Parts: sequence; structure tokens; C-alpha cells
Amino acid sequence: MATAALIGFARRLRADGVNADAHRVQAMLAAVDALGVDQVYWAGRLTLCAEPDDLPIYDAAFAEYFGGKRRPKNLPLAPALPRVSAPFLAGPPPEPGGTGPDEEPSVLGLSASPDEVLRQRDVAALTAGERDEVRRLVTMLAPAAALRRSRRRRPGPRGEIDPRGTVRLMLRHGGEPTALRRRDRLRRPRRLVLLLDVSGSMTAYADALLRFGHAAVRQRPAQTEVFTLGTRLTRITRGLRHRDPDAALRAASDTIPDWHGGTRLADSLRAFLDRWGQRGTARGAVVVIFSDGWERGDPALLAAQLDRLRRLAHRVVWVNPHRGKAGYAPLAGGMAAALPYCDEFVAGHSLDALERLVEVIARA
Amino acid sequence: MHEQPTSPEDLAALLASTGYLADDGLATAGYLALRLGRPLFLEGDAGVGKTAFASALAQATGAHFVRLQCYEGLDATQALYDWDFPRQILHLRAAEAAARAAGSAAGTAGAAGAAGAAGTAGTAAGAAGTDGAAGARIDADTLEAGLYDRRFLIARPLLRALERSPTVLLVDEVDRADDEFEAFLLEVLADAAVTIPELGRIAAETPPLTVLTSNRTREVHDALKRRCLYHWVEHPDVDREVAILRSRLPEVTDRLATQVATAAKRMRELDLIKPPGVAESLDWAGALITLGSPDLTAGTAAATLGAVLKYREDTDRVRAAGLATLLEP
Repeated sequence: MATAALIGFARRLRADGVNADAHRVQAMLAAVDALGVDQVYWAGRLTLCAEPDDLPIYDAAFAEYFGGKRRPKNLPLAPALPRVSAPFLAGPPPEPGGTGPDEEPSVLGLSASPDEVLRQRDVAALTAGERDEVRRLVTMLAPAAALRRSRRRRPGPRGEIDPRGTVRLMLRHGGEPTALRRRDRLRRPRRLVLLLDVSGSMTAYADALLRFGHAAVRQRPAQTEVFTLGTRLTRITRGLRHRDPDAALRAASDTIPDWHGGTRLADSLRAFLDRWGQRGTARGAVVVIFSDGWERGDPALLAAQLDRLRRLAHRVVWVNPHRGKAGYAPLAGGMAAALPYCDEFVAGHSLDALERLVEVIARA
Repeated sequence: MHEQPTSPEDLAALLASTGYLADDGLATAGYLALRLGRPLFLEGDAGVGKTAFASALAQATGAHFVRLQCYEGLDATQALYDWDFPRQILHLRAAEAAARAAGSAAGTAGAAGAAGAAGTAGTAAGAAGTDGAAGARIDADTLEAGLYDRRFLIARPLLRALERSPTVLLVDEVDRADDEFEAFLLEVLADAAVTIPELGRIAAETPPLTVLTSNRTREVHDALKRRCLYHWVEHPDVDREVAILRSRLPEVTDRLATQVATAAKRMRELDLIKPPGVAESLDWAGALITLGSPDLTAGTAAATLGAVLKYREDTDRVRAAGLATLLEP
């Protein structure tokens, strides 16, 4: 088989989101060589895929590419993104869904310290210009979970006696015991898991929450996982690893199929626990759920999943934007059912509230 | 030394002769790993036979089998090698004692010399004393070299895998180890050699065939995955599971094996917290044989459900669905 066809197939997979880089393509060519051309399916699947999510994409692309079916048009290329977000003062383009752009300069211009006022404002009630400023400030947050004691040990001035170091020192002195060496447990950051509700009722907060997620991933890339909950579960950690917030948000949003849809909190939480949480992602982690608790299904099912989550996680923090509003009481079915299983119940409606959330996470 | 398989089907046959029944994908993955000399990265639900595959592969190809179980805090002294410090100290003490016994005569002369030097004259005895000290110094050098001899080196799994060829190296649950270990593992796998400062470089004659398994508790670094062939191990279909049960448990009847495999498959469709793997069906069939039940009935299933379901919620769900529905042919 022509090498060009195989490379074209790899390019097709890359366009579909499989990380089939040059190294893997080379491996595929070697594999096809070893197996023969009638085994291209396995040769490609074993070398080009790297996680279970890749497999259905691979199967579909394989059937289409080698099955003779062609795509209606050429591979769609993502439009090039500006590397750095435009500075605020340069005049950002107005938000399409926001209020009229004509009123924003006056709001910012008149207030003596716009930051301080903005901090208290509900994110849902901001004008486009204010929202840009809040976005910029959210990006500067640094959410990170507290440290835990690790199983890994390092030589140190205190702690338990280090037999290895002590004996090594003895050998250096001709076998005479001289001083005791000690070693201590390292401290490691706890894993932080953010579960963001992106259903219709949370639309106004979705952007701020994704940016909060981006700030968390940037802070500790290896220790943070971000998922969205809606009608289904989506892992967006990979997209959020982009350095630039706007590019990261674009990449993450592209992977979310159920924007502003309905809420099946219990189901998507269950999907999280089955596929990730139980296997270890939630174990010993600080799990933060951002949701208004608006559950269409039976609240008892949500309670059952939260009970599972609570048994796995170190701390469960529920962030409800309505919490910050005067006169709110968590009486809605889902929220009332979930509350007994949460260690913390905080508001997340304003910049100030998100800052307080950062403290809660750091304390947990 | 066994001959190397010449095709995926050939490898599947070799694996079957050891009692491991691999499907097409897994056999192809194993064959490619052998042919291309690439590590094999296996993922899949718990109990689908990832670990068993590695040991069967070793047996089928006539290779040694070395297993490294990963855990948090695993470091080079646990995975690669360590010096046997207590033995080194013991060796040192023994050498000291031997030197003291052998040189007791010279020792008295030396002591007399030292006393003489400290005291009045005794030039000849003093010279003998310095000779003795020089001899002891030479001894110390050889002694020190002897301390870092291969026999004081404790080979941990990775070094064992490099020292003996051919070897199948199983790095089990690599996601449980931390990032530092991953980086270190990558280095050892890339070179198929380690350098021990006191001894020099130890390289594998033929690089070990490495099988890594992961339960996806965290994402393994892409640099490691990129070097590997990736395969997701599926639950077997009913026919294959029956064949596995029959080959692993000679006592099991065809009827019982079919019943257990069918029930296990239906349980996997029930959306359980922990769907049973092949390991659980084997346990289940084993439990039924031990109890002497020739058949899987609602009664015997209820009594042995603990062998196959490990969560109370799952047990409740299966009971609610009705044990009888699991058993319908």
C-alpha cells in the first residue's frame, strides 16, 4: 500500500482529534510492514491511538477512509488563533450576546476603583466590557489544593531514621557508626477535580467557570482535572492546557457537545465516577462541583452518586452561584438532596466569591 | 529457547498452548511488540486479563518473566538496584577480624615497635611496625573495591529484566507510580541499559519485551505512551469466555461454563459499578465447583454472588433485576 495513503489517513485522524504525531505515524508504517497490508486496521489502531476515547474516532475514520466513503468537503482546518489575548485597553471587540457596547466605557470610566465594585457584582449581570475585565481578573486567580504527605521520602534534618543513608555514612567511616541520618516524607499537592455544570441554567456563569478551570489547570497541570457535566460527561483538561486563555477556552468548548442543554446531573456524575472517579481520579482529591443543583431526574439518584463521591474524595465542595443571592435557600430538589454529602457549600457568582473559593480549596 | 512466532495467529496458538486465549487484537498487539521491539501499553477494565497476558506471553515465547508492581513512592532503589548495606558492613567486620587474627604475631611486634618509638630506642622493631601499617593500607584498598562487588548488589525487577535475556517485563499499574518514576522508566526502557557508578554499565543482551498496564487513575505522560503500542483489552465474548473457563478450570462442565459466561455477560450489560471481569467469572465458576453445584440456578447464584460482585449496590441491582433473568438461556 502506498505510504502516502497511510500518511493521509494519519492526517485525517489528527483532524479528528487523535494525537497521531510523526513518531506514531512512523510506528504505523513499521507495523504495516511487519503485519502486511491486509492488517492495516490493527497496525494503525495499535500505533496511532493512545486512549479509549480515540478508538471510536479511529474506527469511524478507518471505515470512511478505507471503506471508500469520502467526506463531502476537504478536511476542515481550525482557523488560526491569535497567540495572546488582546489587551483590554486596546478595545476588545464587543461580546455578541452582551448588552449594547455603547454603555460600557461610561461604567468603567465613572467608577473610582472599578475592580472593587466589579468584585462584588454577579457575573451574570455584567455588561460586555465589565465581563472582559472580570475575565482578565479570573485568569489571575491561582486555585490549588493543599499539600498532603506523600509516600515518597527524601533525606532531611528530621523525621524517621534513614537506614540506607546511615549505613552509607558508616561505610564511609570504615564501618564505624558516626551520625544518624534521617529522612522525611515529601509533601505533595492534592489532586483537584473541577466538575462544571454547562447546562442551560448555568449559561451566564459558564465562561467564568471555564476560565477558573483554566487558571487551575495552569497552576498545577499534572494535579488538576476538569470535566463538564450536562446531558453527558466531557473531559476538557487537555484543551485547557493551552497557555493562552482564549485558545484554551476555544479548544475546551469545541470538545463539549452539550452546551446549554438540559441537566442530567446524577447521570453525568455517575459517568464521572464510573470512568474516572472510582479508578482513582477522585480518590483523595478535592472535588469541586459548580452547579445550581437543578436536577430534572430523581434527587435520590443524585444523592446516591454524591454518597459514592464523598466516600472517595478527600473533600467535596459544592459551588452554587445562587448561594450568593439574598433570600436563596437550597430547597430545590437536587440541591437539597446533595447538601448532606458536601463538606463545603459556597457561592461562586462573583469575582469576590471565586477568590473566596480559591481559599476554600487551598484549606481543604 | 522457543522459536519466535511468525504471525499473530501463530502467537495466538502459542498463547493458547499456555492456557491464555487471546483475541485477534491482543494477539496482533503482542506479535507487533515482539517484531518491532516496542513496549506494549495495555488498558482495560479490571480483571480482563492484562497481567495474565504478560505472563502467558513470557511462557509462550520461552522468556523469563519479571514483574514490577508500581505504587506511589516507588523509586530507583526499589525498582532498579540497591546495595546490600548490612552485608557490606558484615564483610568489613569479617575482614577486620581476619586481619586481626592473621596479624596477631605481627601485631605484637608492631605494638612493641610503637611502644619502643614512644619510649627509648628500638629502631628495628619500629621499622617492622611501619611495614605492618603499609600492609594494612593496601588491604584497605582491595577491601573497599571488594565492598562494591556484584555479589553485594541486590537486583530489583528492572535490573533483573536487563540481566537475563530474553525477558518479558511487566510494569503493572504504571499509573500508580508518580511522574518522577515514569521519567526514570522511560530512560531505562529507551537504553535497555543502566549505569551503576561503582560497577559500570549493565546492558541487556536483547532488550526486554515490556508490557505496561494502567487503570487510568491518572493520565500517563504522552512521552511514555508515544513509545508504546496501545491496546484496549475488551471483555471476551461468551464463546471465548466459555473456552477460557474450560481451559483454566478442567473440572468445569460445558454447561456450567456456558451458564457462568452468559450470566457474567448479562451482568456487564447491567451498568454496574464494577462489572465482573474474566477473573471474577473464573472465581465464580471455581466457587460453584467447590460447592459441588453442577448447575447455576437462582439458588446457587444467590449463594455465590459474592465471588463475582464486589459492591453492595451492584448486588442490590442484580437482585432487583432478578437472578432468574441472568440465567435464561
